[in-house]
Amino acid sequence: MINKPAPIPRLPPAAKALIKPLPMPVLSLLMNRLARQSVARYPSIFARLGSHVSKSFLIDPTDLPFVFLLHPVPDAPKIYVHRRPKSLSWDGRIAGPLAALLGMVHGAYDGDALFFSRDIVLEGDTAAVLALRNAIDDCELDLVEECTALLGPFGSVALPAALPVINLLQNRFNVALRRVEPCS
Amino acid sequence: MKELELVCPAGTPASLRAAVQAGAHTIYCGFADETNARNFPGLNFSRTEMAESINFAHENNAKVLVAINTFAQAGREYLWHQAIADAYAAGADAVILADLGLLAHAAENHSDLRRHLSVQAAAANPDAINFYAQEFGIKRVVLPRVLSVEEIAAINREIDTETEVFVFGGLCVMEEGRCSLSSYATGQSPNMNGVCSPASHVVYEQKGTAMVSKLGGFTIDMAEQDAPAPYPTLCKGCFRVDDHTGPVFEDPTSLNAASLIPQLAKAGVTALKIEGRQRSRAYVTAVVRSFRRAVEACAADKAIELGILANLSEGQENTLGAYKKTWR
Repeated sequence: MINKPAPIPRLPPAAKALIKPLPMPVLSLLMNRLARQSVARYPSIFARLGSHVSKSFLIDPTDLPFVFLLHPVPDAPKIYVHRRPKSLSWDGRIAGPLAALLGMVHGAYDGDALFFSRDIVLEGDTAAVLALRNAIDDCELDLVEECTALLGPFGSVALPAALPVINLLQNRFNVALRRVEPCS
Repeated sequence: MKELELVCPAGTPASLRAAVQAGAHTIYCGFADETNARNFPGLNFSRTEMAESINFAHENNAKVLVAINTFAQAGREYLWHQAIADAYAAGADAVILADLGLLAHAAENHSDLRRHLSVQAAAANPDAINFYAQEFGIKRVVLPRVLSVEEIAAINREIDTETEVFVFGGLCVMEEGRCSLSSYATGQSPNMNGVCSPASHVVYEQKGTAMVSKLGGFTIDMAEQDAPAPYPTLCKGCFRVDDHTGPVFEDPTSLNAASLIPQLAKAGVTALKIEGRQRSRAYVTAVVRSFRRAVEACAADKAIELGILANLSEGQENTLGAYKKTWR
């Protein structure tokens, strides 16, 4: 549990430079597969979103060179990856350091606390953003598990192989890359 | 000394599980509609989720209280009656009610369902509490956040009902159950609709480096860069009055009465309540864990370690609120 009032870590410039050339179509393809798989595994997300399923959400990790545009449509959820700066239309935007956004998804950080401390910024349709945040919080997502599950039967091999590296990065950079278990 | 009961918030099933695993004795939660005072987007429990969550809590020796603590609207009472019946069917350990009519309905139709009086009922003296106990058989009252420790002790000497008091979380202006500030700006209030400053009426705008908060079209706050942001409620808003600019109703700060737990125990309190059903499972885990350690330390007559919780608090500051009425 990361509950000390420590500053939210920012993505190091070297890491930013490393990921900057990544091709957007390939990233979008992977993110779309991730979105489809996640909503199939956690269908309750749509009940929590309610009427906001038709909204679009800009997920804006301010220390990344790109942003994510999420359309949580039940039959075909989509996540498009765009380089910044690019003018995009959206209903709700949530922006903050990647570590803050990952920490919210993984239950390490409280969204209201990040808002109080001004580490995250909300814009647009506040009710839609709030519904999305609460829906994701209830899913208890683990993005490492979700990513390795994309590999199908190889996922069960990939997950234990990846864990030492994930744990090392987590501890080194104080970023919640996996779901925080309540008893941890 | 007997260990005080820790009553913890859950806005989702995941938060309820987190609360149980972090050491909550009891969890309070509500259905996903206007029958509870935290009717926020994406929050609360379906009927199925409630039954499953109550089962989970009971398997882990925790209790679940279902908050049905808004005031039933004329012509739509069936919604509140159904919520009480569904809480009963789901195996709730008690319902938390505020409305006189609902208290009467529950007493008549579900007499073996334990009834707690919500803070929204604003019962702040022995006469009022004894009335609710005699007429509607309430077993516990959640005291409004307007009382000092000495006043709580005085109340406990004159009632047989258990008392539950808030020890952590957001504070309201001292008009529990009667506040209509949200209605003035949005037409919706916590008492009738279960929402204070509904998110659908809130807009945040960046103005240079400052963040502007608007509620129902009214600008109610402008937080400069790096200044803590408050909830977008009128009571915490920043206004200009004559030569003064700042909060005029209430400072944006949160209650933390961990240091007063031994005094509250001596005052005869049965249960300690943590506010925050609108918060994440990260908040629930951190706060519940910290307060479980505190109540265990109090029961063992040991010093209470005050955890680092200010970063989870509105305004990133804590207060003892009315427990220490320094303004008197």
